[in-house]
Amino acid sequence: MTTLATTPASRRRRAASFLYRRPRLQLALLLGAPLFWLVVAYLGSLAVLLVSAFWTYSAATDTINTKPSLDNFVEIIQSATYRTITLRTVGMAVLVTLTTAVLAFPIAYYMARVASRRVRNMLVVAVLLPLWASYVVKVYAWRIILSDQGILNWALRPFGIQGPGYGDVALWIVFTYLWLPYMILPIFAGLERIPQSVIEASGDLGGRSAQTFRRVILPLAFPAVVAGSIFTFSLTLGDYIAPSLITSTQFLGNVIAGKLGPAGDVQFAAALGTIPVVVMLVYLAAARRLGAFEAL
Amino acid sequence: MIRGINSKRGWALLSAVVLVAGGCGASSTPAPGTPSPSLPAAATPSPAPGTPQAAATQAPTIAATPVPTEGSTVPPSSEPSPTEVASSGPQASGMPTQLGPGEGAVKILAWPGYVEDGSTDPTVDWVTKFQEDTGCTVTFDVFGTSDEAFNLFKAGDYDLISASGDASGRLVDGGYVAPVNVDLVPNYADVVGALKDQPYNTFGGVHYGIPHGRGANLLMWRTDVVTTPPPHWSAVFDPASPYAGKVTGYDAPIYIADAAVVLMQTKPDLGITNPYELDANQFAAAVDLAKQQRPLISEYWSDYTKEISSFENQDSVIGTTWQIITNLLKAEKPPVPVKAIKPEEGSTGWSDTWMLSSKSAHPNCAYMYMNYEVSPPVQAAVAEWFGEAPANLKACDLTTDPNHCKIFHAQEDGYWNNVYYWRTPTVDCGDGRGSVCTGFDDWLNAWTDIKG
Amino acid sequence: MISRWALRIMTSVIVAFIYIPIVVIVLYAFNQNRVPSWPPPGLSLKWFQAAAQNRGVLDAFTASIGAALGAMTIALVLGSLAAIAVARYRFFGRETISFLVILPIALPGIVTGIALKATFSEGGIPLGLVTVVVGHATFCIVVVYNNVIARLRRSSRSLEEASMDLGADSFQTFRRVTFPQIRTALLAGALLAFALSFDEIIVTTFTAGGVKTLPLWIFQNYKLANQAPIVNVAAVVAILLSMIPVYLAQRLAGAEGATRA
Repeated sequence: MTTLATTPASRRRRAASFLYRRPRLQLALLLGAPLFWLVVAYLGSLAVLLVSAFWTYSAATDTINTKPSLDNFVEIIQSATYRTITLRTVGMAVLVTLTTAVLAFPIAYYMARVASRRVRNMLVVAVLLPLWASYVVKVYAWRIILSDQGILNWALRPFGIQGPGYGDVALWIVFTYLWLPYMILPIFAGLERIPQSVIEASGDLGGRSAQTFRRVILPLAFPAVVAGSIFTFSLTLGDYIAPSLITSTQFLGNVIAGKLGPAGDVQFAAALGTIPVVVMLVYLAAARRLGAFEAL
Repeated sequence: MIRGINSKRGWALLSAVVLVAGGCGASSTPAPGTPSPSLPAAATPSPAPGTPQAAATQAPTIAATPVPTEGSTVPPSSEPSPTEVASSGPQASGMPTQLGPGEGAVKILAWPGYVEDGSTDPTVDWVTKFQEDTGCTVTFDVFGTSDEAFNLFKAGDYDLISASGDASGRLVDGGYVAPVNVDLVPNYADVVGALKDQPYNTFGGVHYGIPHGRGANLLMWRTDVVTTPPPHWSAVFDPASPYAGKVTGYDAPIYIADAAVVLMQTKPDLGITNPYELDANQFAAAVDLAKQQRPLISEYWSDYTKEISSFENQDSVIGTTWQIITNLLKAEKPPVPVKAIKPEEGSTGWSDTWMLSSKSAHPNCAYMYMNYEVSPPVQAAVAEWFGEAPANLKACDLTTDPNHCKIFHAQEDGYWNNVYYWRTPTVDCGDGRGSVCTGFDDWLNAWTDIKG
Repeated sequence: MISRWALRIMTSVIVAFIYIPIVVIVLYAFNQNRVPSWPPPGLSLKWFQAAAQNRGVLDAFTASIGAALGAMTIALVLGSLAAIAVARYRFFGRETISFLVILPIALPGIVTGIALKATFSEGGIPLGLVTVVVGHATFCIVVVYNNVIARLRRSSRSLEEASMDLGADSFQTFRRVTFPQIRTALLAGALLAFALSFDEIIVTTFTAGGVKTLPLWIFQNYKLANQAPIVNVAAVVAILLSMIPVYLAQRLAGAEGATRA
């Protein structure tokens, strides 16, 4: 039953059938905008940055030399300082990821599988709420807690022990604190997705609860843990604000920011920036293999 | 609604188009955030500060000339530039000979404490009166180090900057600031002679700014923790210091000069006469000393609120400071017991100059502000708030503490003989040794190594 | 294995850990002194008053909310488009899309920030609220994408096919069948995108130009010995304001969330 009238409804139908017969066009229309944004705008700007990493800047003469050269990279590789800083940063990222995973798992498990519906909703809100307190303010709050005459030392004084004070240990604590919600939420979602029937089946097959946990729940939740770790790892790798306030040692983010701000050396900063990018790309590839992308 | 689309050719084509489109944007155009164009191949190093570069060789762009309103014949301050253009920011072609009416606004980049409008402390405010008198609304930003200042000024649209000697040379070399006609700043006449025509504010005989004031970096300690007053800077560089882990230092490469000052006293055979002119040997020694100090450091500071909270909470008990920080600590409730001195061997310090942007959009308001800030009542207020020696000695009669100028040695030239004002280290030593000194790039790199 | 009680205790300890700094923040919003030291010498409401009159913080709030709304909207559109394409179609390069979408949030913010800033300068685009929105939207796409694609994978295609069998065209099907299914996923994604954008500081530092979003204002104001406790006041207000949408979103998402069966 075709009609020659051109009402809006019939125009829409004609457009819909036109598209239906051309799936490629339909797909292109769907993907066009996101791809343009991500590939041209985002990847494009990363490319611009990468190009400038091959240029060199001299602060003394305030000039940029656009003859492509590997000078920046050579300097980074040869310098023991940058090696130390990179190792320190990656090491911190690994430590922080481990600690957040260990702390997040119990609470996520409780929320997902043990708590009543009401308690679960309250806990989700409780975990989400601190995300709205500004990150900078939270770091400054930790400065008050960790300072020599601060809250932690005051609480520990009756026991005769001293807190860590400012330094890398303190930074580890602060990072763990800051990124904890980013680990709790994916693990919670992952644990929630495990069907109860699977757990019951495990029990039916003779597994005690410890075995069920180790052999059924953990492996099923692991992709979610890896998914959360993407955030904790990446956030630690690039952060410069918390390190500048909590410790005096330098991390990758500090040196990159230092080259940008005070030194005005965007080119060297770009070259330094390739380090965390490469590390994250490797990490992402590993995470994808472990199934983390489905668990986000 | 599952569709199978497996045309690899189609996708390859699409991705190729997209990547080419992105790649075109990334073609070798000059790097972002820099004045273009950049030099081809080898960049020639710029000559030592003192030679205005490119000041007059560029044709002025329209936005660049500070536009005086009427009747100004503007002879360009023509110094033939002997070297290539280092970087061509828009240049002023010359100085106005007459001030027009204010443009209604002025944007300032200043050391924290130099521009106060009551928001830090309601009783400390000299900006409001300026706004009322001239109709120029003041917006300002602050910075922690000269390096930050240099890069912020380059990238922003400020009219004025309070530049220490380790920024002023670079600003002039880069063409970011314009010569200043001191005849349009009546209060300049009253500036103390020791601050006029100095290498950090006058280049090739041309004035590039109005002196603001000067001060020394001081050694501060908590009197309740550090019971024996330290007489020398070596106290904060001593590996056996009882305050290890609670020492603080200034967070900028120029701090290496403070190590050099210590060496001037402890290792005279190194032959250091000026802590910014260090040949390879002297520089290595200074860097080693700074690295030796590193384990003693609790944290470095560049914004003074960090040092205030550090001393208040006893995370630091001794280290480099500015007088304003000491004053604020003593004004806390309850006051923090601190004392600050300039050790007898001398100290690094700063002598600051108000400089005008070469692309200032509000030059008249800028000139008015410079004149205002160098006027006796404002000089008195700033000098007391920040804790420095004012440039305009007429302020000495107006300070709340009648002894202020005496305490800060504003008229005592001898005091300043061993205060080494910040300046940008250059390869050219500036003395008989020639071009064997370490330049600022090396200082920057060394600083990253020192902080570790 | 681990008793419920042990789990309860662990959970409480962790919740306490999460909230102690928040309590500190709230406490110091009432600090009498400007510089925070422990213990606070006295309490006062003066900073709340000062905050209410401070143009800077009010403008910063508005800027942040505006940027977050903009970023959220763009992320909603782009994220759902990409999610629908990946969930409902098969094509070459499909797995790469997930990788591409997560890249902006997985790469360190400082790299994204300087890359965008470099591109904006080169393209002659002045830095301001628009560039902030662009930066935020880029890494917010992934949260919408993930939520929507998870929902689409769970929901059955047969419903859509049935709808078309009954005579609806693709637009009608989307509006009446697909969209209601993903509505709460969109909401959850939108809320998370808003939160991410609202609190973002690193990418914003490089793309903001002169605009001060709330995190930027907070960071700069800590450095001026100004009225640092106003910053704490701002944080307290932000937490309080956020309780409403967070709670609502949780109710809605929970109502349609996966159950354990």
